[in-house]
Amino acid sequence: MASQKRIAKELNECMSSPPEGMTVELADDEDVHKWHVTLAGPPGSVYSEGKFGVVVSLPSEYPFKPPTVTFATRIYHPNVTNDTLGNICLAALKPEAWKPATKLRAVLEAVRSLLVEPQPDDPLEGRIADEYRNDRGEFEKNVRAYIQRYAKGAAKFDAAPPTAAAGAPGNSNE
Amino acid sequence: MDSEDDFMSAVSSEDDILPDDSDNDDMSGAEDFDFDDEPDPDLGMEKSISHKRVAYDISFKVYQPGDIQKQQDDLINEVNMILDISKEEAAILLRYFRWNKERLIEDYMDRSRQVLEAAGLAQTTVGPPKLEVIPGFVCDICCEEGDGLQSFSIKCGHRYCVDCYRHYLSQKIKEEGEAARIQCPSDGCNLIIDARSLDLLVTPTLRDRYHQLLNRTYVEDKETLKWCPAPDCQNAIECGVKKKDLDKVVPTVSCLCSHRFCFGCILNDHQPAPCDLVKRWLKKCADDSETANWISANTKECPKCNSTIEKNGGCNHMTCRKCKHEFCWMCMGLWSEHGTSWYSCNRFEERSGTEARDAQAKSRVSLERYLHYYNRYANHDQSARLDRDIYHKTERKMVQLQKESGMSWIEVQYLNSASQALQTCRQTLMWTYAFAFYLARNNQTEIFEDNQKDLEMAVEALSEMFEKPVTDLADPQLKVEIMDKTTYCNKRRIILLDDTAQNLADGRWTFNVELSGVLGGNNGGPSNKR
Repeated sequence: MASQKRIAKELNECMSSPPEGMTVELADDEDVHKWHVTLAGPPGSVYSEGKFGVVVSLPSEYPFKPPTVTFATRIYHPNVTNDTLGNICLAALKPEAWKPATKLRAVLEAVRSLLVEPQPDDPLEGRIADEYRNDRGEFEKNVRAYIQRYAKGAAKFDAAPPTAAAGAPGNSNE
Repeated sequence: MDSEDDFMSAVSSEDDILPDDSDNDDMSGAEDFDFDDEPDPDLGMEKSISHKRVAYDISFKVYQPGDIQKQQDDLINEVNMILDISKEEAAILLRYFRWNKERLIEDYMDRSRQVLEAAGLAQTTVGPPKLEVIPGFVCDICCEEGDGLQSFSIKCGHRYCVDCYRHYLSQKIKEEGEAARIQCPSDGCNLIIDARSLDLLVTPTLRDRYHQLLNRTYVEDKETLKWCPAPDCQNAIECGVKKKDLDKVVPTVSCLCSHRFCFGCILNDHQPAPCDLVKRWLKKCADDSETANWISANTKECPKCNSTIEKNGGCNHMTCRKCKHEFCWMCMGLWSEHGTSWYSCNRFEERSGTEARDAQAKSRVSLERYLHYYNRYANHDQSARLDRDIYHKTERKMVQLQKESGMSWIEVQYLNSASQALQTCRQTLMWTYAFAFYLARNNQTEIFEDNQKDLEMAVEALSEMFEKPVTDLADPQLKVEIMDKTTYCNKRRIILLDDTAQNLADGRWTFNVELSGVLGGNNGGPSNKR
């Protein structure tokens, strides 16, 4: 099928010369539709100390349907859901905006640039977006606390739910 | 078009009877309005000064699919000539400007570059779209290459193989229902794919669907156009009533398919109630009516604290869970006064019981008020449905009647007219109750209630006659009676709607809720008109 050739080509490119700060692997060598990407927090950003697992799933209709990209590692970010799902709000991945010629490399780079510059005007977590805008100190403190708790060492991809959800740092109740 | 013939003859008797109103209820629409000369047509109420028009009458025009296509074609041709761009590009520009031709031309003259770019058009001109085989071409979507691979691009030059292009287009059209804004498949390229390129690439079925979707955006883009919501009806209606006017007028329009609906909210005709009240009422009914009915049937309020109590056991000795008040379920009086006759209450005359029942009654008033209006509303709704069933039987009756009494087809049409009158009048009556529920008393309400009563009596009388067996219907006297009653019902309906619409337009109703939109003026109190 046509999409196999495209996926193979993209995978090959991303593995041999990965986008900056990333390593790309297959979740399962038999299945090219699920990628595990380890994303190092971009230097200079508040996320620089962390290593984040990002899962890329390609639908069977790829590249005519957009991939789904989620954080497997919990992350404190206005554009990522603050739960074990780790859904990302990325305009280019919306079905009506997706273009079949868009490459995964570009998608991954867009995810990375979200860590450099969060988009509080288009948030998935309104409260975190408000905090990012109005109380940057508190926001950064919470980001670091999340990194300490979840994003140290090798990135994990099996979305392990935190054992004590109530104890999540920075989970200040508003 | 023979359906129109049927339609006209079906209503002809009403037309004869109601010359003043013939173009309202049963209007075939297309002829008497001149929207083209009148971009912002008057609302009917202004025209009511001339006695020809009734207050609730509004101007509108029905367009059939051919008309809709022609309107677009005319605009496209005009822009195509004035601006010297291709028809496909003119169409894209017009859609971008929501078919506002004047603004398009003005903006284009001022700054054609920006306009073209914003609308998703290229600056350059190239020949007609065609498929090409280019040596060494690799498709960026599927990564296929090879000799003889056909490829396509629009003016931006982003070239992909025909299979990928087709797949992309069919997904956009079929799955996403997109047509007017399908962009080049390239990342970040916002050039719109024009109709001609599309026609070259896709199958005829998909092409039809695409053009259908384009037509849809034409109607949906224009504020003055709406689709007729009747199933399988492809007509659109043009009406100049704006959203902000909806507290002053109930813009009922009637399609060629004979479906009558409100241009403001697309629901079935709900005169005389304004859209906002209808919305509230439907919500209230959906939320409340079953609950309210159940509460009314199964509960009483505690005589002391008014908590609603359901009797869940056999004993009449009730103890309110909230305030611990002890009372008798039967007479609502104090339990302590019941002595030892515990399980049967025969103390109806005792004072404590009477007082408790009075208090109870008061607390039920608002619930009962709602149910009063709701039950009548629901009753007319249901009766209209039953009348509709009878109408289907009537068709058979009419045939039977022709056979048995030797009457001609045209002679039995009075039954058809009667049936239609019943339908429309019941629909109006139904909504008068929703309207009345929100109506605060003033000088006008009495007239309204009289009108409502007169119409209701007339409708019930007609409904009764209508149900008579065929043998009776053949009686010429009954026929005359039915015809007279039909006329009378229609007249009463017009009187009622005229009165309510006039007062609505003049802001003379007071509602016990705030109409969304502006309704500031109506607290000026009842005027002494009439």
